Amino acid sequence: MGHDNTHKLAIFRGTLKFKSNVQKIWGVLIFLSLITIVEVGFGIVKPGFLVDNYFLGMKLLNWVFIILTLVKAYYIAWDFMHLRDEKSSFRRAIVWTGIFLVAYLIFILLQEGTYIEGVKTNGFVKWNF
Amino acid sequence: MEATVSNTGTEGKVWGGGNQPLKASYGKMMMWFFLLSDALTFSGFLAAYGFSRFKFIDSWPIADEVYNHFPGSHGDNPMYFVALMTFILIASSVTMVLAVDAGHHMDKKKVTFYMFLTIIGGAIFLGSQAWEWTNFIKGSYGALETKGGQILQFVDTHMEEGDEKMHRVSVDDFATASHKDRVQHERKSGLWFVSEPALPEYSVQDVITGFNHKKHLAVRTQELMPNIEQLKASDDPADVAKAARFESIYVNADQTGQKGVLTRAESEKALKNAVVYVKGANLIHNEYGNRLFGDFFFFITGFHGFHVFSGVVINIIIFFNVILGTYDRRKNNYEMVEKVGLYWHFVDLVWVFVFTFFYLV
Repeated sequence: MGHDNTHKLAIFRGTLKFKSNVQKIWGVLIFLSLITIVEVGFGIVKPGFLVDNYFLGMKLLNWVFIILTLVKAYYIAWDFMHLRDEKSSFRRAIVWTGIFLVAYLIFILLQEGTYIEGVKTNGFVKWNF
Repeated sequence: MEATVSNTGTEGKVWGGGNQPLKASYGKMMMWFFLLSDALTFSGFLAAYGFSRFKFIDSWPIADEVYNHFPGSHGDNPMYFVALMTFILIASSVTMVLAVDAGHHMDKKKVTFYMFLTIIGGAIFLGSQAWEWTNFIKGSYGALETKGGQILQFVDTHMEEGDEKMHRVSVDDFATASHKDRVQHERKSGLWFVSEPALPEYSVQDVITGFNHKKHLAVRTQELMPNIEQLKASDDPADVAKAARFESIYVNADQTGQKGVLTRAESEKALKNAVVYVKGANLIHNEYGNRLFGDFFFFITGFHGFHVFSGVVINIIIFFNVILGTYDRRKNNYEMVEKVGLYWHFVDLVWVFVFTFFYLV
């Protein structure tokens, strides 16, 4: 089984090609570390523009964090867990099932949390006693 | 294997068995589906955390103020330690994937070596998490809790040049310890069927007495300061009233996003509602803020830590099997290492999210 031939060695939609699977692993490690450094940097500096502006009820900075996290998750799953090398139908069975269910769960719970917060703040209930 | 499967006469036909339409072995596929269900479990926990956080969006603890320890250094070091933990876990993920790769080449020596490194990485991570928990449980400043479960912390209103906000003050530094007649009741010293948890270090009165002596102290509540200018300019009278309330009781109403520091008069008033002194955290009380905050921290990082622990144990088992040559004999390119690798990467994947939602967002 010439296993090396079964690995897809290009990342970033083919812009970065590696010579071997081991090289790709190190490449992805560097990329993931860079993202983590950027995240920590943002977490410490907290640029005013990103903190003061909101999108869909959340600070832009938090959106940046979440998007970077999803990027990291993508590369962990695709390259470390070899999803890139799996058959697309198998990959979709795993990934889309999760994404649909999680997106639904998050929407419902966060919506409800915001609603309760509204009741707590604007309703005639004393909660700080 | 052939000897165990009886011929059915349908070999080679589509439904004759032995087909792998998804080109993945049974074991690997089931590992993936287990991970999918586990991912949904973690999502449920994190979404519940999000729910509580949005519910208490105006008073949730600020992560940077809670997790600000770094081994061997005092003072305020937010983020660095968890960032380090993230690197450790990602690095151990890399050694794992290198082990899988070596397995594909049937290189037993390399698999052994990389599996070993992975186990070490996992162990270091677990140790770091234990350290993190220790700091969280011990706490550093102490606070009073009111009847309604609000946390009252203490700050020094005297600010040095260049300070962005008022520094926290440890209750140890000002509370006057009074003579205590009350000792913890233990089973051995009275009714054997009655026991009680350890008594708090200070009584509420100790703290209040100390507070009254030090005029430069003030109480910090959990409330986060809104954008006061925006509220004042609002057309809604409720917003204007809210802004007026903030400006009348807080000295730092203009510092958007920071915890509110009460005026001295309001501080003394707030302390009247205090019922218990809290230091550190347990499942019921915590000095950091909302009670749910501590619970979620323990539950989610604990559940993740338990996954890491199981991962390390499984890795150790696989490590010894590799040494014994079990997978060499199976001649299937160390597929078991690949499967346990999937689990290990998943643990890393979950940590990436825990890191974001507990420490960054």
